[in-house]
Amino acid sequence: MSVTMVSLTIDGSPVQVPEKTTILEAALAHGMYVPHLCHHPDLKPAGICRVCMVEVEGQLLVSCRAAVAPGMQVKTSSPAVDKVRRAAVELLVADHDADCLACGKADSCKLLAVSRYVGIEPDRYETLRAHRLRKEVDETHPFIRRDYNKCVLCGICVRTCDEVQGVAAIDFAFRGYATRVAAIGDRPLQESVCESCGECVVRCPTGALLPIGFEKPAREVATVCPYCGTGCGLVLGTRGGKVVSARGERGHSTSQGRLCVKGRFGWDFVNHPDRLTTPLVRKDGELVESTWDEALELITERFARYRGRQAGVFGSPKTTNEEIYLASKFARVVMGTNNIAQVAHLCHANTVRGLIPVTGSGAMTVPVWQIKDAACHLVIGCNPTEAHPIVGLEIRQAVRRGTKLIIANPCEIDLCRLPHIRLPLRPGTDVALLMGMAKVILEEGLLDREFIAQRTTNFEAYAESLRGFTLEQAEAITGVSAELIRETARLYATTKPGLIFWSMGITQHSHGHDNVWALAHLALMTGNYGKPGAGIAPLRGHNNVQGATDLGITPPWYPGYQFCPGYELFPRLDKFKSSKEKFEKGWGYELPDFPGLSTVKQFHPKAKGWGPGEMWDLENQIKLWYIIGADLANAVADSKGVKRALQGAEFVVVQDIFLTDTAREADVVLPAACFAEKDGTFTATDRRVQLVRKAVEPPGQARPDWQIICEIGRRLGYRGFDFSSPAAVMDEIASLVPAYAGINHARLEQEELRWPVASPDHPGTPVLHMGEFIRVGKAEFWPLAYTPSPELPDADYPLVMTTGRNLHHFHHVITRRVAGLNDLCPEDYVELHAQDAAELGIGDGDQVTVSSRRASMVTRARVSERTMRGVVFKPIHFCEKPTNALTSAEHIDAVGTTPNTKVCPVRVEKVQSSA
Amino acid sequence: MHLYRAHVLVCAGTNCSLKGHRAVRDALTREIVGRGLGDEIKVVETGCFGLCEQGPTIVVYPEGVLYCRVKAEDVPDLVGIHLLKGRRVDRLMYREPTRPVAVQTVPELDYFRKQVRVVLDNCGVIDPDSLEEYIGHGGYTALARALEDGPARVLAEVKASGLRGRGGAGFPAGLKWEFGAKAPGPIKYVVCNADEGEPGTFKDRLILEGDPHRILEGMAICGFATGARQGYVYIRGEYGLSISRLEHSIRNARELGLLGENIFNSGFSFDVEVRFGAGAYVCGEETALFESLEGKRGEPRIKPPYPTEVGLFGRPTVINNVETLANIPAIVNRGAAWYRSIGTDTCPGTKVFTLTGDIVNEGLIEVPMGMTLREVIYDIGGGIPGGRRFKMAQTGGTSGGCLPESLLDVPMDYDKLAAAGSALGSGALLVMDDTHCIVDVARVFARFFLHESCGQCAPCREGTLQLHHILDRFTAGRGSREDLALLGRLAKTMAGASLCPLGQSVPLSIMTTLKHFEPEYLAHIDDRACPAGTCRPPAGGMKPAAAGNGRRGY
Repeated sequence: MSVTMVSLTIDGSPVQVPEKTTILEAALAHGMYVPHLCHHPDLKPAGICRVCMVEVEGQLLVSCRAAVAPGMQVKTSSPAVDKVRRAAVELLVADHDADCLACGKADSCKLLAVSRYVGIEPDRYETLRAHRLRKEVDETHPFIRRDYNKCVLCGICVRTCDEVQGVAAIDFAFRGYATRVAAIGDRPLQESVCESCGECVVRCPTGALLPIGFEKPAREVATVCPYCGTGCGLVLGTRGGKVVSARGERGHSTSQGRLCVKGRFGWDFVNHPDRLTTPLVRKDGELVESTWDEALELITERFARYRGRQAGVFGSPKTTNEEIYLASKFARVVMGTNNIAQVAHLCHANTVRGLIPVTGSGAMTVPVWQIKDAACHLVIGCNPTEAHPIVGLEIRQAVRRGTKLIIANPCEIDLCRLPHIRLPLRPGTDVALLMGMAKVILEEGLLDREFIAQRTTNFEAYAESLRGFTLEQAEAITGVSAELIRETARLYATTKPGLIFWSMGITQHSHGHDNVWALAHLALMTGNYGKPGAGIAPLRGHNNVQGATDLGITPPWYPGYQFCPGYELFPRLDKFKSSKEKFEKGWGYELPDFPGLSTVKQFHPKAKGWGPGEMWDLENQIKLWYIIGADLANAVADSKGVKRALQGAEFVVVQDIFLTDTAREADVVLPAACFAEKDGTFTATDRRVQLVRKAVEPPGQARPDWQIICEIGRRLGYRGFDFSSPAAVMDEIASLVPAYAGINHARLEQEELRWPVASPDHPGTPVLHMGEFIRVGKAEFWPLAYTPSPELPDADYPLVMTTGRNLHHFHHVITRRVAGLNDLCPEDYVELHAQDAAELGIGDGDQVTVSSRRASMVTRARVSERTMRGVVFKPIHFCEKPTNALTSAEHIDAVGTTPNTKVCPVRVEKVQSSA
Repeated sequence: MHLYRAHVLVCAGTNCSLKGHRAVRDALTREIVGRGLGDEIKVVETGCFGLCEQGPTIVVYPEGVLYCRVKAEDVPDLVGIHLLKGRRVDRLMYREPTRPVAVQTVPELDYFRKQVRVVLDNCGVIDPDSLEEYIGHGGYTALARALEDGPARVLAEVKASGLRGRGGAGFPAGLKWEFGAKAPGPIKYVVCNADEGEPGTFKDRLILEGDPHRILEGMAICGFATGARQGYVYIRGEYGLSISRLEHSIRNARELGLLGENIFNSGFSFDVEVRFGAGAYVCGEETALFESLEGKRGEPRIKPPYPTEVGLFGRPTVINNVETLANIPAIVNRGAAWYRSIGTDTCPGTKVFTLTGDIVNEGLIEVPMGMTLREVIYDIGGGIPGGRRFKMAQTGGTSGGCLPESLLDVPMDYDKLAAAGSALGSGALLVMDDTHCIVDVARVFARFFLHESCGQCAPCREGTLQLHHILDRFTAGRGSREDLALLGRLAKTMAGASLCPLGQSVPLSIMTTLKHFEPEYLAHIDDRACPAGTCRPPAGGMKPAAAGNGRRGY
């Protein structure tokens, strides 16, 4: 497509710009300043500040709304323009607080720039100011301060909220001089649909919108957001050794400057007084402050005592790739164990382990920036707006541009505000729904036969497994009408490229890998793999949980999905040869040869479902735990059992940034550095490996995890733990992990790389599986069958509890230590459907008891119509109301070992007041 | 069909309603039925008659005798003396201010003699709630003729008629229709702008109350000519009576197949819905009206694109004022040549005016374009009451300009009034006598704009505030020559930089008061004196008026 260029002159200089460019854009693009206030490059032109006037053939034009024309002669300044423009600016300035010296925006204030340019006459300005009304400053929001005295009503915040965020929480209210920006009903922002993302604050041209308590940073450091796995570019501002600000990095291809409420405002935990600053050692039953020497001596002595099957090591997806690699190496080399686990075993292990035998990888197939290129989005078992807000934004933007949206969820998630088809399925019935869809695609011939023939195997076995299954069965199981399933299947199969998003709603089931297979099969049978915008998007929860699975803090594989011995036991994994020899060579030590236990199994050895029958009834065998950055006492299902196991262990070391509930059970607690205090890399959900940069020093004696791991390794006398820097660790990773072979810190300074990066000159792989499926060549179909969830509602526990995150919190540890996020969402709740609530006599805000077969707790009811009838939702963020005390660890997935936390039968009763 | 020997028409327009027409109507019905005359005499409620000042008015036909300020107590005389004995009830008859004799019949009134009724043809004559009466007066024949003639001929006829938009801007209606007809796309709209917000203007209200079907017919013809199937009437929410009559008329027209699918078996389908405004002046501006009609905040859009390209719901839309549409059936039926025989060359046809202020006959009139201000005020309006002196007239509503006595002979059409520094605008005509202080009047104008600015663009939002404060300082005796210069500067800025016609026209009314009455301003500034004697600030500043007559109207 060729662009037609238009030639014109601006102030006599000839310029050429593409047609339809506005005069303002043309001038700015050629370095000519035209004063403006309501223009923003991200937004559609509004033309309401009337400041950007220019003269064209004697006529005054508002340049942000007037398109260029061939031969046009534009004057950016002329007596007529200057006069009207100056008077218009004077009117605005006269109604503006002139405390520029005290204003947080003074160095970037556009009104100041405009006034300086047009010139203000002080006398007239004083006259105009005479009748100015003082307006109250709105500081009701914990993060956003709105000063109406500095607002020029340019509407950039209003348009940002609508056009960039797709939220439209604010608009102009009232009229004439009384006009101001307000949320619905002129109520506080936090009572509206506002997501507190702060995008309005970023774009505000004056000091009208500022972060509360804004301090100007002395230095800025570009790094990566520490919350979800989207991998947004974050620029931290520091001052006096503290983090004081955060902003999005506009040039970042994933986030393009955008951040969610957690990313933009949730950095204050770094400075929190609760941070661990010295090692703690348990003495006489109490954890007391100690020294590194004392703590490390104790550790060295005990670690030597309990090795192999008696040791359990946890790595952390909040740490860097380098630290994760070292944790994996440490467990296998130093502790001689494959009992190396992490919290991914509670979430996407079903995706990662489940898809290796199907398509060779469980990772997202396309970059986040290609989400908008998909013609159809199937969003199932996830709520991106709250858990992966920037992905949620990309979906919103795509749908606004015409992408079709299918939402399968028992809860009415925020994306339901967009045009969509919604499949309100019963929790745990995804396989039946997806088999129904597959059946329609098969019967109606909507398959991509060529793709199936050329790039897959075993389709017949899969088709055979669908033979006896009918849409009527699907309807009976899921509660979604057969007609709706049919319509959705047709839409997905015929609208390409299609991209499937999923998250915990799919994986946190004891049949989670079946769900994952069913989804991958849908994409395979419609040829939705190996193309831009097509495939799967399993949204990873932690900033570096992708790296954590990539680099082997999991029993089945060493770094780089290279398998340990023993996994021939498991279906389909027999084709992957053990890499034990390679790593024994690489690391220089003999490595253990027994299959390790993953997270749930380490604490609940009698959990059923994984491995051969004899594995379903193990005895406690772990005597020592070394737990890096994981609050397992809250994160693992049936959390009471976790605490019992920790209390029964011989020796527990917890290495973290706060004294978590898990750390309280430890014998030694080591203070670690957080993401802002060290260098390294994170791998985002779309496989992008990014540099994390140190912005401030760790507090007190806290140290980066990589240094602590290496120090323990060295003290125990092992070679291979003497690295000068994280960059050196990455070089070792590159030497052993094929997908990271071409990655080093120097390249990451310059390039945007998504694995696999086969060599130092390989450009990375934005779209996975082009040409052939990685590792497996051809994808392989698997027969499917629907298995009901193991624990179902009955008369005693009639409701199904499903769990998850909300927008304002991440998990228990970090966001609960950000005051503003706690203000926005201060306490636990259980959300239930209005009709269920009415039948139970429960009103919004009532105190209720939630009971499962394992525990009972009092919390507050939130009554809405967001959940479907019979389903309640409880967030996981409040360890004082530990949701996982209610959930069960009795059954885990056969492949991913994930517990069944998304279908937990409960009873909800109103607390009768004793008065 | 039953024939009556006499009809008693009772004006049921808003002004007569406010003055109690219902009591008169009920008394008439009771009296007529009570005397056993129910089969001989029919009582008909009609739309506005025009002489609002004199309401409640009734007219008795066949003679056409006009009775004014009728009360329920007068009814026995009206029935007993006029309808039974055939004599006239002298005390209730209209007296021309210029002639001592009571006027006998409608055609004899000066008030009516100079009027030409095209738009108001049926107003005050038919029962607006009766579709049959509208049809009996030739209603819907124009639509039938249009459907036979085809869209091209209708378009050509409207273009040839020279009809210009009666909302105020005077854009050629035929040209607008042509743009609408040529705009591509399967979905187009016709919108009737009945958001009559200009102070002192109530013509659209009375047209809709008095002859609602005429608008529906005009809209259907417009839809046929431009390719639209759906029309909307955006009407002020305060116009309760107009709304109920319009909705009643839409239902009746649908029942008879005059709206809806396949009208007259022609294959043409057209329907109309009524949408209410919520009281914002700016929503009379066509693009703000679209925003409001779409359910958004009523703020003007920037033009271009014009409504005929991107209008309501982003579709090509022809938006016409009520009065413009009311002209259409007559143009289609009687032809462009006939229409051009009325009015002036550049502004053919008639114009409906609403007379308010210091004028004897406040009310609704329709005159050929080009009649002078003097004729309208003195010959039709009956002059200034109480023998006081004319000071100025404001044409076109609050956003129009003010004209002093020296400009009384300006012919009233779009171009001549614009040349005289004012505007024809919506047809409001506000007359003021010499008891009014021009600075105070300007202050009231400014206050109106301050209240009605939508707040979207900075020059209007901030400028209206500043204008009001400056004028406030003048009337309080605290103004300065610098303020006067600032006033001019602000006016220029607003005219040049405001986004929509609201802000752009604010300076017109205020600056014409300054242009024609500068000495009065200077008296306020230099002498701290108000020649009219109305400016009396609470404390200090203004000197007591030497010879003012002390009427304070605002």
